[in-house]
Amino acid sequence: MSENTYTPKSKFGKWFNDRLPLLTLASHLTDYPTPKNLNYWWTFGGILTFCLLSQIITGIVLGMHYVAHADMAFKSIEHIMRDVNYGWLIRYIHSNGASMFFLAVYIHIFRSLFYGSYKSPREVIWILGMLIYLLMMATAFMGYVLPWGQMSFWGATVITNLFSAIPFVGESITTWLWGGYSVDNPTLTRFFSLHYLFPFLILGLVVLHIWALHVPGNNNPVGIDIKKPSKDTVPFHPYITIKDLFALLIFIIIFSGFVFFAPNILGHSDNYIEANPLVTPKHIVPEWYLLPFYAILRSVPDKLGGVVLLFASIFILMALPWLDKSKVRSSVFRPINRYFFWILFIDVLALGYVGAMPAEGIYLLIARVGTIYYFAHFLIVLPILSRVEKTLPLPLSISEPVLTGMPKAELLRNDRKDV
Amino acid sequence: MIEKMFKILIFLKIILIFFVSTGFSSSKEIEIPKQEWTFKGITGKFDRSSLQRGYQVYTEVCASCHSMELLSYRNLGEKGGPEFSLEQVKAIAANFEVNDGPNSDGEMFTRPGRPSDKFVSPYPNIQAATAANGGAYPPDMSVLVKARKGGADYIYAVLMGYTDPPPGFKIEEGVYYNKYMDGNKIKMSKPLADDLVSYSDGTKASEAQMAKDVTTFLTWAAEPHLETRHKTGLRVMMYLIILTILVYFSMRRLWANLKD
Repeated sequence: MSENTYTPKSKFGKWFNDRLPLLTLASHLTDYPTPKNLNYWWTFGGILTFCLLSQIITGIVLGMHYVAHADMAFKSIEHIMRDVNYGWLIRYIHSNGASMFFLAVYIHIFRSLFYGSYKSPREVIWILGMLIYLLMMATAFMGYVLPWGQMSFWGATVITNLFSAIPFVGESITTWLWGGYSVDNPTLTRFFSLHYLFPFLILGLVVLHIWALHVPGNNNPVGIDIKKPSKDTVPFHPYITIKDLFALLIFIIIFSGFVFFAPNILGHSDNYIEANPLVTPKHIVPEWYLLPFYAILRSVPDKLGGVVLLFASIFILMALPWLDKSKVRSSVFRPINRYFFWILFIDVLALGYVGAMPAEGIYLLIARVGTIYYFAHFLIVLPILSRVEKTLPLPLSISEPVLTGMPKAELLRNDRKDV
Repeated sequence: MIEKMFKILIFLKIILIFFVSTGFSSSKEIEIPKQEWTFKGITGKFDRSSLQRGYQVYTEVCASCHSMELLSYRNLGEKGGPEFSLEQVKAIAANFEVNDGPNSDGEMFTRPGRPSDKFVSPYPNIQAATAANGGAYPPDMSVLVKARKGGADYIYAVLMGYTDPPPGFKIEEGVYYNKYMDGNKIKMSKPLADDLVSYSDGTKASEAQMAKDVTTFLTWAAEPHLETRHKTGLRVMMYLIILTILVYFSMRRLWANLKD
């Protein structure tokens, strides 16, 4: 982080800034030197911030009209849809917003995987990001329960039942989660309470995530360290803000397409049937963004084994900076890793697809192969690749993309010294 | 550059092949024929007279078993719906007996319905409805269209899907064969027949016409703000697209400064 020598012009500004350096912070955020070669995959950080705020604002309004009670939740949602002024709009923004949020976060994560943004010195940013992602999944899952439709109820039943697989304490944990002996009103009320709390925890983590980002600064498509500030960087405002705004607008256009013209296409029709503990839906499926993990869970014939793999599949990502030891960040200069990246991408898509299908026959087979590859990618492919892969020569700087030979070794890994 | 695009194309092709091939292998489900609906598409609107006829079919045919407890009589006069006049809505509501109370003596009483009342249900509770219909609960129709895969097309298909069972198909007493119902069995007897109702606007009440009208009505009931949604959506899109274009050119101009 560059030393900020900002001093407010006005007398009051100076007085205030000496006591709480808000203006220094604002000046840091405006001038923040950003690599000028960032492509559009880098705009998703801003898009995600928008998603979080949009979910929080619409959620707070929905919370004013929603009734967290097993007998009234379903009808209160319909009350919002029918009788609250623009309730349909707010609710469709919120429900589709969850999907858009996950779409953006998956792009953000895969961008990080491709360009090696998780590598030193950005491990803490990466881990914070993974914690945000975990909280997002928990929040989305609990939010999906609130309309108290058939999928809400049975999804909650399936997912909470997973905890009963834990040896010795599993049953007690499940009872504790439910607040009773099955998913019922106490489950709904606590999920509502937590669904309201978690987004603010996410917001806190997002602040840390951005703070941690501002220490080494952004990675970039070339993946090399750059001098900051230099001719390789631009001030965050107005260059990056306007680029982020442009990308955000495109994103909002797609978002609006869903909200106004296909608001229920990403949801399951069964969730417009009120929860009924006596009738089990034919196929219980979670929302699309949880499907790859659902496929991993169901690919193991043993319940405990499935649960262990499910959690392992998420936590293995946190260990990624230590599994992939290649010194070169960007896959642009990693000819083999590039292909494995796409294999992983297709693998996750395939897992998502079979997660929506019944766990039998060819689907189960694909799920098993997909699960094996998923873990092999992180535990075998990446560690081996980082030893054997012959990486391409890196450019010396962003401004000189012409290959003038390998950069000096110290340029690879010393963001901090450059400052 | 060309090589890059070529690679992307190959990649997309792989994904496509993957999804198409797995998609076909899973198409065991019954194909629901698609219908032409005025409310489909981004400018879709309801056919007002079809909605009014659909309400007539609902109230004269479906309502004897199916409740619609999320709707109020006032909704029938609201914009974007059947748009009955206020007088018509009052008259419709007054046809129904509504339980109210307790009054100042602590007694429950019945009175004629008002526009602000919810649709009166044919049965007092789910159990009564189930018992009266041979153990199959006639589902509430308020959001039925959204609660079924295939939506309006599915509802129409089931209404028109009553045929004789194929030879050898075992069917129990009180169960009917339907081409589009899950498992081909349905406990509801064929609800529509030609000229079952007589439309006041002179439209011929053929079975298909009634099915179309009532499905339109049910779609509105499930999504009463559909017309506002489409209209607002078009305006929002137009605004966003213009704004995006302006921002794009501002961005180009700003970044052009950097080149020197």
